[in-house]
Amino acid sequence: MSEPDSPVPHPLDEAAIEQCVATALADFEAASDLEEIKTARLSHTGEKAPIVLANRQIKDLEKDQKKEAGKLLGAARGRIQKALAARTEVLEAEHAERILVEETVDVTASPRRRRLGSRHPLNLLQERVADVFTAMGWEIAEGPELESEWFNFDALNFDPDHPAREMQDTFYVEPRESNLVLRTHTSPVQVRSLLERELPVYVLCPGKTFRTDELDATHTPVFHQFEGLAVDKGLTMADLKGTLEHFARAMFGPEAAIRLRPSYFPFTEPSAEMDVWDPGAKGGPRWVEWGGCGMVHPNVLAAAGIKDPEYTGFAFGMGVERTLMFRNSVPDMRDMIEGDIRFSQRFGQEV
Amino acid sequence: MRIPLSWIREYTQFPAEATAEDLMAELVKVGLEEEDVHAPELSGPIVVGQVLEKTPEPQSNGKTINWCQVRVVPQGQQQTLTGDGIDPEGVQGIVCGAHNFEVGDKVVVTLPGSVLPGDFRISARKTYGHLSAGMIASVKELGIGEDHDGILVLSTIGLDPEPGTDAMELLGLYDTAAEINVTPDRGYAFSIRGVAREYSHATGTGFTDPVAQVTLPENTTEGQPVEIDDAAPIYSVPGCSRFVTRTVTGVDATAPTPAWMASRLRLAGMRPISLAVDISNYVMLELGQPLHFYDADKLSGTIRVRRAAPAEKLVTLDEKERELHPEDLLITDDSGPIGIAGVMGGATTEVSSETSTIVIEAANFDPITVARSKRRHKLPSEASKRFERGVDTQLQAVAAQRAVDLLVELAGGTDTGAATEVGETTAVEPIALDPQLPERLTGVPYSIDQITKTLTDIGAEIQEQNGSLLVTPPSWRPDITIPEALVEEIARLIGYDKIPSRLPVAPAGRGLTAQQRRRRAVASGLSGAGFTEVLNYPFYSVEANGLFGRADASQPLSLVRLANPIASQYPTLRTTLLPGLLDAVRRNVSRGFKDLALFETGSVFLPGDQLGSKEIPGLGAYPGDTVIQGLEAGIPDQPLHIAAALAGAEPAAELGGEARQRDWADAVAAAQDVAALLNVELEIAQGQHQAFHPGRTAQLRLAGELIGYAGELHPKLVEEQDLPARTSVMELNFSALLAAAPDQVTAEPISTFPPTTQDVALVVDEKTTAGELKSTLAEGAGELLEDIELFDVYSGTGIEPGKKSLAFALRFRAEDRTLTAEEASEAREAAVALAASRHGALQRS
Repeated sequence: MSEPDSPVPHPLDEAAIEQCVATALADFEAASDLEEIKTARLSHTGEKAPIVLANRQIKDLEKDQKKEAGKLLGAARGRIQKALAARTEVLEAEHAERILVEETVDVTASPRRRRLGSRHPLNLLQERVADVFTAMGWEIAEGPELESEWFNFDALNFDPDHPAREMQDTFYVEPRESNLVLRTHTSPVQVRSLLERELPVYVLCPGKTFRTDELDATHTPVFHQFEGLAVDKGLTMADLKGTLEHFARAMFGPEAAIRLRPSYFPFTEPSAEMDVWDPGAKGGPRWVEWGGCGMVHPNVLAAAGIKDPEYTGFAFGMGVERTLMFRNSVPDMRDMIEGDIRFSQRFGQEV
Repeated sequence: MRIPLSWIREYTQFPAEATAEDLMAELVKVGLEEEDVHAPELSGPIVVGQVLEKTPEPQSNGKTINWCQVRVVPQGQQQTLTGDGIDPEGVQGIVCGAHNFEVGDKVVVTLPGSVLPGDFRISARKTYGHLSAGMIASVKELGIGEDHDGILVLSTIGLDPEPGTDAMELLGLYDTAAEINVTPDRGYAFSIRGVAREYSHATGTGFTDPVAQVTLPENTTEGQPVEIDDAAPIYSVPGCSRFVTRTVTGVDATAPTPAWMASRLRLAGMRPISLAVDISNYVMLELGQPLHFYDADKLSGTIRVRRAAPAEKLVTLDEKERELHPEDLLITDDSGPIGIAGVMGGATTEVSSETSTIVIEAANFDPITVARSKRRHKLPSEASKRFERGVDTQLQAVAAQRAVDLLVELAGGTDTGAATEVGETTAVEPIALDPQLPERLTGVPYSIDQITKTLTDIGAEIQEQNGSLLVTPPSWRPDITIPEALVEEIARLIGYDKIPSRLPVAPAGRGLTAQQRRRRAVASGLSGAGFTEVLNYPFYSVEANGLFGRADASQPLSLVRLANPIASQYPTLRTTLLPGLLDAVRRNVSRGFKDLALFETGSVFLPGDQLGSKEIPGLGAYPGDTVIQGLEAGIPDQPLHIAAALAGAEPAAELGGEARQRDWADAVAAAQDVAALLNVELEIAQGQHQAFHPGRTAQLRLAGELIGYAGELHPKLVEEQDLPARTSVMELNFSALLAAAPDQVTAEPISTFPPTTQDVALVVDEKTTAGELKSTLAEGAGELLEDIELFDVYSGTGIEPGKKSLAFALRFRAEDRTLTAEEASEAREAAVALAASRHGALQRS
């Protein structure tokens, strides 16, 4: 580093000027950080730098000497500036790099400032099923949870005195003469859909249903079903089976299959229980009881005012809880209703 | 229905070595679903023994035990069984505490190595100074009865077998039963006869009808007088279509029930009681016809079948006095009611150990009459179960004869030949079946031969008539009344596995409805914002509805009440989602989760003036628009609500950050999020609600209408209900919001000119809310205002007591130009001026 009181070279003293330049270049090279380069810059390019002071003396020279001095000093100052810029750039780059190194953090120690919530898997599953059916051109129908007995039973061909009606374990509203019930199945939406819509009808109804079961690992008084109904010209049990198979494959993979067993429901004739071949079942592929189905009973069509005998229909229904239990290996039905956040959070936004 | 395997083998080709599981695997194919397997829980060696010696030995504890020598092989033979504690000479030394037997009696000996019910393992053991090698068993120890006072002496149940005989075989203890689930249409399958027939359908093997093995008498004499006098049939169906009696005399009512019969009854799920009762149950299980036995000596005069008179009473077999209903069908004699038809008999004419003459009743009662009496008196019985599903109309005389035969054979009775048969059975109506219908419903092209063969197999009679089939279902299938039911019979007998698969093509659909899409958007939006969705029960106490479901206890509380709630403390349906959500909060807190943001969407139940409908239209007919509108009018309004509950901190206290306690503002923000997700403007106003903190409650309004509340719960309530401090909630009428959402969103032009921002601080009365002031400023600032945000609230030094300072940042922008400072200032001054005139606001200097 040159002394602050370095002698000011004469503007025409080429050797002295050269010395100034050499000193400056050496000082720049010696600067190891931005602070040192700043000091060097002030010494060699600041107001009191020898070369700057020499430059100021040019005005006192004879006219013919001014040009030569200007040339000499101009070139010298140019070299100084260039060296300064080059060194500064190097030092700045080094500085930036060092800052980044210093700012290094342990990324595994990141705080969780914001948490995602999650959907309830029973609702996600119902939406997923709805998507399968809307993709087939079906629509999603809905109805009230507190129903008139007519929609829940009579319109579905449940005789008031038939044991099948008693077996529904119904929640009745007080007074009983109100003939209101918490719907025991999503089937009343069958009748509602047939009353509200033009034929042909292809609807799926997911929703809440109620039976007077005590809560335990496999029962809950409040549960969910999805109900399917198709009424069109020429529909048969083959169409029912095909629809269920497509649905089963969408839910359980391409290996899934459907098996029908004879059964009884007042609102279908013929009626069947359906089993699904669950290729991903815990403990190996197996048949699982999935729900009930059949051809819509003529009395149900009649209750909805459908008289044209060309129209036939099929209907099916299954439990959402039960489907979630075996499809997603939920061990205990209570997990679904207790609202423990861990249960929903395990699923996030997909089921 | 439980099917003892030995019993079904009598009428089918069910193989001797086949198991209960094998039986169920066949029956499920024809629609009888498997339920369970029942078998006696014991294993041998258990053999017949004869008591050779019985030496009473008084003990110091006051008890006397018997030291017995019991021969367990035929006399003069050696023991062939081997094992620890089994005497090779065939004589076991056994200590026995019971005294009800004598030397020479034949008894049941459970030898060492045998296992009794309850995993009771028998071994030779030292007791009372002897090595007792086995046990002399009581019926209770064998699991075949309740009596444990004494051991089972085989002569008392009519047996005198050779010692060494396998007692398990003797007592029917190797038999097992398959339990199947019978759907409520198929009453006939509540009998061995019906299930045996189904087994033959499932397997294509032979079936022997037990009815064909009963021989009806050719000549009878006049029996017990019976009159049917039904003055009030339900739906014009006579309460009793057939009443058959037979009279058997000389019955020894104390004769034991044979072991084979007792074993089958037990496996079928019925407790053996006495020979007469057991015979009536046995015939019912075998044929499906419920029977009732009367002690003839206790009957007085003519049996009359009639409806009950008002206030008439009857003491039933269970010794309860029951008040009868005019719809109850009664069996009466000159003394008055002696039974409720098809439901339960009366005590006065009951068969007892003294009975010697029995009048057998085999009747057919109307299913609806029986079902209603059963429900009314809460008397479900094996008889009513069969009657309410419909009993074979041709079975009564056969079943009565079968009972006569068994009483003669087992109880030493004499068939007097006295018989009564009254009543009119209506013939089964034939059904016209279009031979194309089976294919039209199932997609399977059945041949006409297949159709006629399967229908013949189920017992139907078929006539061809103009290309149609006239099918008369068998008398035991009252469930078959329409052609579609015949189709089911054809399809299930030929096999549902023959039905092909075809995916129908629905017409082009419209996808989800706008409301369905919006509900999804809100649910995913809220869960993205940190809320976890939960689902709660809608059953509440009246108090919970009264507290959370209305802002003020003086408001009327209109609730839907259940007649049969799951729990008596929760008898009403919810009018608000909050109590359920708060339960979920408590449950999570108790499981160690304190920082919670939960939400739920669900229906609430709001009864109107009309609750339900008195008249309900009947089956199988369209009741008309007016009737349906009437039904709809009685169904309570059930709007969807959406609610959220917040507790704890967000973010939580974590590395590099301070925890922030959630509060009322988070609840308000949640409500605003819901509205924003739907593009709906939600107005926030200061509010009051009894469940909320009086100073931290927001009314939520939609176009001026109150649709919910948000804020902090009342601290007292939080304490009482054991909730986390500062728990905050919001609830909205979701249906109202969904309906208000725009069908499609209209874009606004995006100005690319720079904004001008100006701040304003106003001093107002402390009662003036920020919301009010903000609306006024926005109104006064006019069109150039793009956004206004509150950024400071201050009171204290420099502000007059009773006043506060509210500071807002106003952002101005024009669509078509860069605003000048003057234009922005002018708009700002206009805003301030309006605030001054409306709220007396002064600019803070």
